[in-house]
Amino acid sequence: MSENNVILSVKDIVVKFNVRDRVLTAIRKISLDLYEGETLAIVGESGCGKSVTTKTFTGMLESNGFIESGSIMFEGQDLTKIKTDAEWEKIRGVKIATVFQDPMTSLNSIRTIGSQITEVIIKHQKKSKEEAKKIAIDLMDRVGIPNAADRFDEYPFQYSGGMRQRIVIAIALACRPKILICDEPTTALDVTIQAQILKLIKDLQVEYGFTTIYITHDLGVVANVADRVAVMYAGQIVEYGTSADVFYDPRHPYTWALLSSLPQLGEKGEALFSITGTPPSLYNEIKGDAFAPRSQYAMKIDFEEEPPFFQISPTHYAKTWLLDPRAPKVELPKTIRNLHQKLQQMTGEGGAFHVE
Amino acid sequence: MLNNEREVICSLRNVEISFPKGRDKFVAVDHVSFDIYKGETFSLVGESGSGKTTIGRAIIRINNVSDGEIIFKGKKISGKLDPETDRWVVKNIQMIFQDPAASLNERANIDYIVTEGLHNFHLYKDDADRRAKAEKALKDVGLLPEHLSRYPHEFSGGQRQRIGIARAMIMEPDFIIADEPISALDVSIRAQVLNLMKKFQKERGLTYLFIAHDLSVVRFISDRIAVIHLGKIVELAETEELFRNCLHPYTKSLLSAIPMPDPEIEKNKQLITYDPSVHDYSVDKPEFVEIIPGHWVLANKAEQEKYLAQIH
Repeated sequence: MSENNVILSVKDIVVKFNVRDRVLTAIRKISLDLYEGETLAIVGESGCGKSVTTKTFTGMLESNGFIESGSIMFEGQDLTKIKTDAEWEKIRGVKIATVFQDPMTSLNSIRTIGSQITEVIIKHQKKSKEEAKKIAIDLMDRVGIPNAADRFDEYPFQYSGGMRQRIVIAIALACRPKILICDEPTTALDVTIQAQILKLIKDLQVEYGFTTIYITHDLGVVANVADRVAVMYAGQIVEYGTSADVFYDPRHPYTWALLSSLPQLGEKGEALFSITGTPPSLYNEIKGDAFAPRSQYAMKIDFEEEPPFFQISPTHYAKTWLLDPRAPKVELPKTIRNLHQKLQQMTGEGGAFHVE
Repeated sequence: MLNNEREVICSLRNVEISFPKGRDKFVAVDHVSFDIYKGETFSLVGESGSGKTTIGRAIIRINNVSDGEIIFKGKKISGKLDPETDRWVVKNIQMIFQDPAASLNERANIDYIVTEGLHNFHLYKDDADRRAKAEKALKDVGLLPEHLSRYPHEFSGGQRQRIGIARAMIMEPDFIIADEPISALDVSIRAQVLNLMKKFQKERGLTYLFIAHDLSVVRFISDRIAVIHLGKIVELAETEELFRNCLHPYTKSLLSAIPMPDPEIEKNKQLITYDPSVHDYSVDKPEFVEIIPGHWVLANKAEQEKYLAQIH
């Protein structure tokens, strides 16, 4: 993060899908700079467009989807202009790789683990079979597979969920990508395994020097991994900043709502905060602030005009009319006021989450 | 605690559940005993493969018990039952499943899904009565009567889970087994479903067995928590007590893995990994003992002494 080299720059992209006779707008003008070596987390609920956004970086949009406008600059090339699969193959998996949520579906269940790793190495690095095997076993070692050489010829069903995800990571790293996209990499895993996988990705990032994009709905995971955070709602980024900005000084009502509804913050005997209503339909044009109908802080203007991004600090921006100088001052919801002190108490000596 | 005076609604006594594995057997649940009190939320927490779901399924008679017995309201409900008792169990114990997309019949409309149980047990006077019951069940979970004619695919994940709850509630059960009812849902929807379950408990005095893999969710809703690891319950206590005095190293590892929404705390966090080899059970065998009233832990004599010294 210290060096501000932009490795990937997204400008005003709009992504639409043809669904039967209708057009769904999944991404409504997103702009985003990704800095070399950082970990950026994109947070949001299902359907907010977080996966769709990163799929445009690797040309993996479903066939009924298309980028209507905007640009994605990577190494001097506009990725939105790429038409053929042959061109994508020079980027996808080679320079930008993805780790998906479910390791069972991303591995081929009837081929050995070893052959699935070496395939990538032989194809992209032009190595011989023997060399590839050596590299593959080394990679398996690095991602923490015990007795890698012995387990080279085993099949995915002989691996546990956590081990399979380690293999998926090994395959993603086989080509030494510049950017690693982790799409809910630990959602399907147990909590203790989740912690291990997050640590593994962090360690590998230091060792291999790639840039990471996390896609997740879990703010706990975000707090663990992210240097910067972008919060998405209904196809737009509504707030972004450093991890400290977003967790310690959140400004958008949607970010407040997400934080408040965490069960970790639930008080026994009281109802947990819940966001009422549902996200807007993406088939219709959205007027004003998309979150307004569900927000208790919505003002008249929120239903009429889309808010611009307001700058809070050089690193922190939020897209809400509440930051307009004319807006009334509102207090943070009670649950997340002094969140840091509260959590420190909970995890500190005598707190509920304190472990000795 | 006054536990002795509380009414037990469901009780597992030395329950073993095993599955055939070639010529051998695989023991998924290894001689587990616990009581669930009427009106409480009892949570069973463990990772995949721990046997938590298997226990839930054994209570509603989907899995067979290979040893021990399960008692519900004073009646034995494990093993072979006469048809009448079998129906009584089915009516009084309902289940809410994890994946609301997979647990609703896609080809049936909501009316049918919600009232199927009423049909099976003839729990209505006439068609108008059945309809009224269905409408009320939907209203209770925050859906509208006109939704009855729709199909599951027309609903969002959170709404589908509420239909699953309506289907269970319409039977007016005493006891509900909720198997990871919120794991497949978005953060904001989770809160809705949890609040709804709490509301029903308050209004109707329901008892819940809540099955989960995540201690953070469970803390908020449960009265007592049992932690299960590889088919054995390793610790059981009231929620506050378990968090205050967690003793078993496996419980500690689960507790330390809870992600906290705070970057600084996360960065300084010490993960505790559970290493079963810390237990020396070669001579001194472990037993499931009540170390202080209401707090049970799986430990041998030496560990019991050590744990007792740790309790504040």
